[in-house]
Amino acid sequence: MSELINKSALELAAGLKAGEFSSVAVTQAHLDRIHATEADFGSFITVTDELALETAKSVDAKRSAGEEVHALAGVPVALKDLIVTEGVATTAASKMLENWVPPYESTVHNKVKAAGLPVLGKTNLDEFAMGSTTEHSAFGITRNPWNLEHVPGGSSGGAAAALAGFQAPLSVGTDTGGSVRQPAAFTGTVGVKPTYGSISRFGIIAMASSLDQVGPMGRNVADAAALHELLAGHDPLDSTSLPDPVAGFVSAAQTSNLGGKKLGVIKQLRGEGYQDGVRDVFSTALDVAAAAGAEIVEVDCPSISYALDAYYLLMPSEVSSNLARYDGMRYGLRVEPESGPVTAETVMAATRAAGFGDEVKRRIILGTYALSAGYYDAYYGSAQKIRTLVQNDFTKAFESCDVLVSPTAPTTALKFGAEAASDPMALYLGDVATIPANLAGIPGLSLPAGLADGLPVGFQILAPARQDVKMYEVAGPLEAALEASGTRVLDTLAEGLTTK
Amino acid sequence: MKYEDAIKKYDPVIGIEVHVELGTATKMFDAAPNTFGGGPNTNITPTSLGLPGSLPVVNEKGVEYAIKIGLALGCEIAETCRFARKNYFYPDVPKDFQTSQSDEPIAAEGQVEIELEDGTMFTIPVERAHMEEDAGKNTHIGGATGRIHGADHSLVDYNRAGVPLVEIVTHPITGTGDRAAEVASTYVRTLRDIFRALDVSEARMEQGNVRADVNVSLRESPDAPLGTRTETKNVNSFRSIERAVRYEIARQATRLEAGEKIVQETRHFHEGTGETSSGRPKSDADDYRYFPEPDLVPLVPSRDWVEELRATLPELPAQKRRRLAGVWGFSDLEMRDVVNAGLLEAIEDTVSAGAKPAAARKWWTGEVARLANQKEQHPTELVTPDQVAALIGLINDGKLNDKLAKDVLTAVADGEGEPAEVMSARGLEIVEDTGALEAAVEEAIAANPDVVEKIKGGKMQAIGALMGPIMKATRGQADAGKAKDLILAKING
Amino acid sequence: MTESSAITPEQVEHLASLSRIAMGEDELKSLAGDLSTILSNVARVNEVAGDDVPATSHPIALSNVLRPDVVGETLTNEQALASAPASADEKFLVPQILGEE
Repeated sequence: MSELINKSALELAAGLKAGEFSSVAVTQAHLDRIHATEADFGSFITVTDELALETAKSVDAKRSAGEEVHALAGVPVALKDLIVTEGVATTAASKMLENWVPPYESTVHNKVKAAGLPVLGKTNLDEFAMGSTTEHSAFGITRNPWNLEHVPGGSSGGAAAALAGFQAPLSVGTDTGGSVRQPAAFTGTVGVKPTYGSISRFGIIAMASSLDQVGPMGRNVADAAALHELLAGHDPLDSTSLPDPVAGFVSAAQTSNLGGKKLGVIKQLRGEGYQDGVRDVFSTALDVAAAAGAEIVEVDCPSISYALDAYYLLMPSEVSSNLARYDGMRYGLRVEPESGPVTAETVMAATRAAGFGDEVKRRIILGTYALSAGYYDAYYGSAQKIRTLVQNDFTKAFESCDVLVSPTAPTTALKFGAEAASDPMALYLGDVATIPANLAGIPGLSLPAGLADGLPVGFQILAPARQDVKMYEVAGPLEAALEASGTRVLDTLAEGLTTK
Repeated sequence: MKYEDAIKKYDPVIGIEVHVELGTATKMFDAAPNTFGGGPNTNITPTSLGLPGSLPVVNEKGVEYAIKIGLALGCEIAETCRFARKNYFYPDVPKDFQTSQSDEPIAAEGQVEIELEDGTMFTIPVERAHMEEDAGKNTHIGGATGRIHGADHSLVDYNRAGVPLVEIVTHPITGTGDRAAEVASTYVRTLRDIFRALDVSEARMEQGNVRADVNVSLRESPDAPLGTRTETKNVNSFRSIERAVRYEIARQATRLEAGEKIVQETRHFHEGTGETSSGRPKSDADDYRYFPEPDLVPLVPSRDWVEELRATLPELPAQKRRRLAGVWGFSDLEMRDVVNAGLLEAIEDTVSAGAKPAAARKWWTGEVARLANQKEQHPTELVTPDQVAALIGLINDGKLNDKLAKDVLTAVADGEGEPAEVMSARGLEIVEDTGALEAAVEEAIAANPDVVEKIKGGKMQAIGALMGPIMKATRGQADAGKAKDLILAKING
Repeated sequence: MTESSAITPEQVEHLASLSRIAMGEDELKSLAGDLSTILSNVARVNEVAGDDVPATSHPIALSNVLRPDVVGETLTNEQALASAPASADEKFLVPQILGEE
């Protein structure tokens, strides 16, 4: 295994700047790694070797010519296949878009291109980002590099596995209810859900518009912060894009002081009913934080108990509308009915029957119900009110602490097929800790806090809306304190991989 | 049952939804050009095509135009409002939902005063005006042309998808009695005039810039509860609106007479026969599952902006008519004739060019209109306001009398030149040569001693009997006033 | 599960028709069960917030995000039709349309 793939994104950036190695070498090393391990991991739907090397060459040429380039120029990145890439197939892991090659560019990919990051490929996900295991991809499963019998989480499972499997130093995922933070937790990586509107959604295939947010992912906090800085910023093409200036994420992540920081443990997400190992790791991490000078307080957010319920009404409602456009008329799959008349209506119905997987259909039907005349007020309307209550609870909680903390997920990575055995609600419960941030629009981050039964456990940090920097100010020094205490989660995996 | 009988027996209630396409440079939610024509599927962006990942952003001009329309209709402009998604599947709707406004329209509760042909004023209560986007266009091919049934397939052009629309919805319009059909068409015509005066749309009915859906229901009496209504969709000319309302009233009355129920449904109007036919019944399929558009943020038009726009509102047609009638001193009847003949602007311009309002009205609605009628043209296509003003000027200067002026006008209308040129070229100017006139007067007096006696006896009307011979002798170029003065001078002198 | 939130296969059939997804009997039945379970779990949202609580449709409150009325980049006809399942005469070709809006 090339040592280049072991380096963090910022280490690669520094090496590229110092001329220690070329972007072509770095990119090739990661492509080699991808080709050597894809049969095991299945992180990618599409690998874009040529495109990546072309960018790498161009960045190397610019550097040699002494041109000013972005700090991350030449550092490879993987994009979740929900992000539109002009000229490169973008599938959302759905049969519906199997052959769709977008004729336009997403703002995220535009920024990545402008900064000169070679794109290694498009990573796997649950179809249209619906799921938390990446088992719901139309193009095969992704396996957790920590243990191939376990899921990598989802929906950004491919993005997380690519990081944990050292196939990419940086990944871009999306998080609607935890789809970046939960797979980060399951794979021992760092996943960030920025404040809603921090990163443009233009060109991100929509799942639930008022909850979706692009999430930078890396193997450490500073890497994720650097990617966040690159991707964030106002975009006139997205009406919900924040006009806020973007700065200081990396330097915040690199501060080393937890002293005086108040960490609020959310009473409702303390870990009741959580896997024992998860509770233990979380508790130990709090001790480490306290030892490093942080003050730990408990805060009450009673409305969070209803967040999951509200989410499972709001999200499918928006899904049912956002996914209506996949009707076989303008692009993507078209299927004619096996019998009966061939009309626009029957072709739409046959196309959607064939093109969508079960989980997508389940959510569309649920959302259609929640928005129906007669049910709107009871379901959608009430859920929007709970959203207000959750926001109010957070606002109040942040009056007594800098950040809120909880385990990212109630369990470590599940084994494949665990979902099939349970009722739909049981799996949805896995999102209980991550969903509130999406409802309230506040930023959240998951960093690895240790291992339970050989699998990583995530530690979630939530900050007030539009103050993402506060999240990094805690995550950075906490990560350092955890490492200093001997918790070096990914190193364990890296060692395992080296000897493999 | 005939319309005339139906309207005697039942009280009609109508409701009208008008869609107007705004004349912005770009679409409502994306930067694709909002232009008519161009190749199919070229005025589109990823957003107007509803591509995965595309997002809408509201066109500021579209909002401005919607507010202007709201203000012109006397509506309250919302302090805050939102867009909503109206969910339904149809191939020409790229996202399979229409971005519209539901319970939070930008403008609500106004009224439009309309004037029927005979001068009766009627107030139409406006419930709301809201913003939304147009759909693409389907061409049905393979079967009967233009009709949906029997078509093998359809071709869709999304150039029109996303074009900004404002939909104006009335409250139920009651109290029209037998004038329901006229009220409906006059209302839409009045809106059309308002859109043009505001310069927010070309408002060409034949281009589909303005489209109307007409709701009709009948009840036993004005005290009875509202009956079941039908909605006749996409009626696209004033005449069709009138015919559609008449047809629906007659049809519904016939059903009611036969003891049948009216089915709540959408109906289609057929230009050829003037009839409506059943579309589809209102049903659960109309569950549009409206919810606030999450990809757009609330619109909070500042009061300053609204007042700024109010200050720029041009005088609306009805206001203008009222003002001009006062300034010009026209009677209601006179004003109505002018408006109905489409001569308001022509007369306004003629007055601006220096003519007296009464003279301008007399010439435009009289001789110019008569000539235009003969040529099957509009009066304004025949001559310009400046030409009519010049003609009136020549009359006031004593250079032309009415008879000569008519000859000059005919020649001007035939393109022979400006009034003064035509007058000179044809030698039509009133004779200034007093010698010739005096000779003619003397000759007439000598030839008609009995008439002279009557005049001497105080019968001044008898002078007219002398004018004929005088005009004949001067080939009509005598100034009648001068001739009269000369006659009196000679008889009494 | 409460009686009121039990969803029947007939209801699912209607929802499937509203959302234009063809479904067989088995699918309708299994979805009716799933929906009933989910709804019985989430139905309590109804009891939490009173009339005095405002609804939140957007997580971050922005308003008046408007775009100047200036023409931008458009797709070419070729780009628009490149992914179309079928096309003819520079237009999208779709199956015959029954019923009109």
